[in-house]
Amino acid sequence: MSSLFRSEEMCLVQLFFQTESAHNCISELGHLGLVQFKDLNPGVAAFQRRFVKEVKKCEEMERILSKKSTFEKLEQELREINRNHAALRQNLIELMDIDSLLRMTEDFFEEAESLLTYSEPPSEDSVFIAGVIKQERFPAFEKVLWRLFHGNFVLRHTEMQATEELQARGAVKKDVFIIFVQGDHVREKIRKVCEGFRASLYSCPKTLYERKQMSNSVMTQMEDLRMILRRTEEYRAGVLTRAAEHVQEWGSKVKKMKAIYYTLNLCNIDITQKLIVAEIWCPVSDLTLVQSALIKGSEQSGSSVTPVLNRIQTQQTPPTFNRTNTFTEGFQAIIDAYGVGTYLEINPAPYTIVTFPFLFAVMFGDCGHGLVMTLFAVWVISQAESLRKWKNEVLNDVVIGGRYIILLMGMFSIYTGLIYNDCFSKSFNIFGSSWCVRPMFHAHGNETLHEYHHLQLNPFVPGVYSGDPYVFGIDPVWNIASNKLSFLNSFKMKMSVILGVSHMLFGVALSLVNFVHFRKFQDIFLQFVPQLIFMLSLFGYLIFLILYKWCITLRSETAPSILLLFINMMLFDYQSEHVLLYRGQKGVQIFLVLTAVLMVPVLLLVKPFLIYRTRMKTRHQVGEKDHFICFLLQVSMGDIFVYQAIHTIEFCLGCISNTTSYLRLWALSLAHAELSEVLWRMVLQVGLKISSGMGSLMLVVLFAAFAVLTVTVLLIMEGLSAFLHALRLHWVEFQNKFYEGSGYKFTPLSFDSLLKTQQ
Amino acid sequence: MASLLFCGPKLAACGLVLSIWGVIMLAMLGIFFTTHSAVLIEDVPFTEEDFKGEALQNIYKLYNQVGYNCFIAAVLYVGIGFLSFCQVRLNKRKEYLVH
Repeated sequence: MSSLFRSEEMCLVQLFFQTESAHNCISELGHLGLVQFKDLNPGVAAFQRRFVKEVKKCEEMERILSKKSTFEKLEQELREINRNHAALRQNLIELMDIDSLLRMTEDFFEEAESLLTYSEPPSEDSVFIAGVIKQERFPAFEKVLWRLFHGNFVLRHTEMQATEELQARGAVKKDVFIIFVQGDHVREKIRKVCEGFRASLYSCPKTLYERKQMSNSVMTQMEDLRMILRRTEEYRAGVLTRAAEHVQEWGSKVKKMKAIYYTLNLCNIDITQKLIVAEIWCPVSDLTLVQSALIKGSEQSGSSVTPVLNRIQTQQTPPTFNRTNTFTEGFQAIIDAYGVGTYLEINPAPYTIVTFPFLFAVMFGDCGHGLVMTLFAVWVISQAESLRKWKNEVLNDVVIGGRYIILLMGMFSIYTGLIYNDCFSKSFNIFGSSWCVRPMFHAHGNETLHEYHHLQLNPFVPGVYSGDPYVFGIDPVWNIASNKLSFLNSFKMKMSVILGVSHMLFGVALSLVNFVHFRKFQDIFLQFVPQLIFMLSLFGYLIFLILYKWCITLRSETAPSILLLFINMMLFDYQSEHVLLYRGQKGVQIFLVLTAVLMVPVLLLVKPFLIYRTRMKTRHQVGEKDHFICFLLQVSMGDIFVYQAIHTIEFCLGCISNTTSYLRLWALSLAHAELSEVLWRMVLQVGLKISSGMGSLMLVVLFAAFAVLTVTVLLIMEGLSAFLHALRLHWVEFQNKFYEGSGYKFTPLSFDSLLKTQQ
Repeated sequence: MASLLFCGPKLAACGLVLSIWGVIMLAMLGIFFTTHSAVLIEDVPFTEEDFKGEALQNIYKLYNQVGYNCFIAAVLYVGIGFLSFCQVRLNKRKEYLVH
């Protein structure tokens, strides 16, 4: 049965399938995502594998996806479109040149006619040539013409108006020019010069009427061309967007193919080249699913022979597989980050689902901040799919992957915030405080109230303390008490020790479950029981003292300090002036310390001694000549002793250091509470204390600052800090009591996770 | 109507969230001040003179003043929230137009 309690039972299965159906079968298994292929050719280098060519091909396809042979048709089409587009554009530019030429030559002709009417009458040989030349070449052009005709010509030029269209297409500045010369023979010379300067010449009709006609025809041609160009661009855009959709599809297909070929590289091919042998790890409970997937695959490929599954026994350690759902995978991930559990070891994840947010909340305890965190987590959960598109690594892995962890952390923080009675550093008075100020001072008149700044509420004065503690959480009167920290520190430190010792005792108890499962019954008596007795007699007794002192009525001036009691207990220091909490305490304490001290040699010596005895027995049974071989094969006794000594010291000293380590629960919650109070006092209170009308405006501004600082400092920074410390407490103090964590993770061939990670 | 848009989508969304938080928290603070909650005594700006004569009524009056300030600030945040909401909508519209 699959559950989160323990990793799943795995089996090694041999698959035999035909080469033709290999592709389909593996594809089906990939979609199923439940099998991990073992590498059957571990000695073979990557470039020697059978399908290395196919893998390389797939990789190349991935890299240059748009230019693959399947896209040749698309490529040809695009090329043609581009060619046409360029030609059309060239035409358009020419027409535009003619158009502006015609417009500008109007002025020239008028000028020329007026000039010629003053001078001799127009002869038949006067020639004019109109054209367009690049602006930068014009001065040189003019010089050459001067040298050629010695001033016997009229040259006019204007800069062509650069229209928006031309500028957009990156055209250069051009000038329109027109030359009037005498003589027919010069036409050729001018033409040669113009060719040399790469000026484009256009024939310009002489009469006004013809020019007007030409202008009109050029206009219509330009309009047509513009329309054609627009259509071409639209068509090209359409083709590209359609291709882009396909690219995505092709990309995922190529990735799948690459994965399949990579998997095939791990298999063995039979001599006859017709059979492929693969070895897979697969959960026992999923064998039927795997079988049906293979049958489906072989049917798809049209092969007549169904693949054969053959479960084999093996001494190798299978991978560790914990079946998780969306909610539990976050918690499993933080356990696996430290170490993947040994095969069939007990899984700390289900307990972590509760203890981790709880320890976080003990350090974070503020119901206002907890509420903000919960709302944020709810928003992330509802928007998880759309937020996954954000490519930011941190955002994706931490926030989206851990959204359920954040939700639980927030909800637990609201709970501990209610217990600490702390909401943005202010307390709620829901049930009525148990402390009353009036009976303290009214009996003696009100002078004390008026004279002294510091007043003391003595619970032994009748009426001051009602006798019944506040219903749920810390009494709100402590929020305005000046010795709030003395009270809260004592409370939180004791609470941290209680929580820590309980957490560790739970860890030790889990080791019992492991011993029972792996049938190490000897270890139960040699390791579990002494460890439990050691911890309970020392630290269990400490918890008892704490709880006992909380329950009885003491006068604070004469109450014994628990820390001093504990130290004196270890040092066997029972001088008469030290107050004890209960009768018979001395006897009980001496008994407990002696028991704990007795457990140390049990942990240290008994197990190596038993191993030594069993070795002696087998040595007697085995013959003489095998002694030497046995001696060499076995681990030496010295190593066993050293290992056991290390383990014992680690446990015993670790008990004390780990208990102290849990005091970080107190430290961080103190830091959080103080930061919260400082923020309120320094930021928001400044706005509240202004009683005039300006107060509301200041409040608006200061509240914004308060909110931003709360989110950045208290939620993000303190949240990360508490997260880290809670994680450390789990990884080190809790898990070193029972967790081995020396397995390797089950990584099945799964197309879903492949495509998700590549996105 | 050319550019009523003066902040990007992220700033507008932050403004909206801040305004909602501001409205809720300042309204609740206002209620707690006007009901003279004892825990908030340190936020009330009292002086020595307030304790002469009708001490209790003076303190209550100060409480009420601070409470009204909180309510006014909450109303101002409603305005800011409405402005941010309009910016969010304009940003969304602009996003659709570009596509």
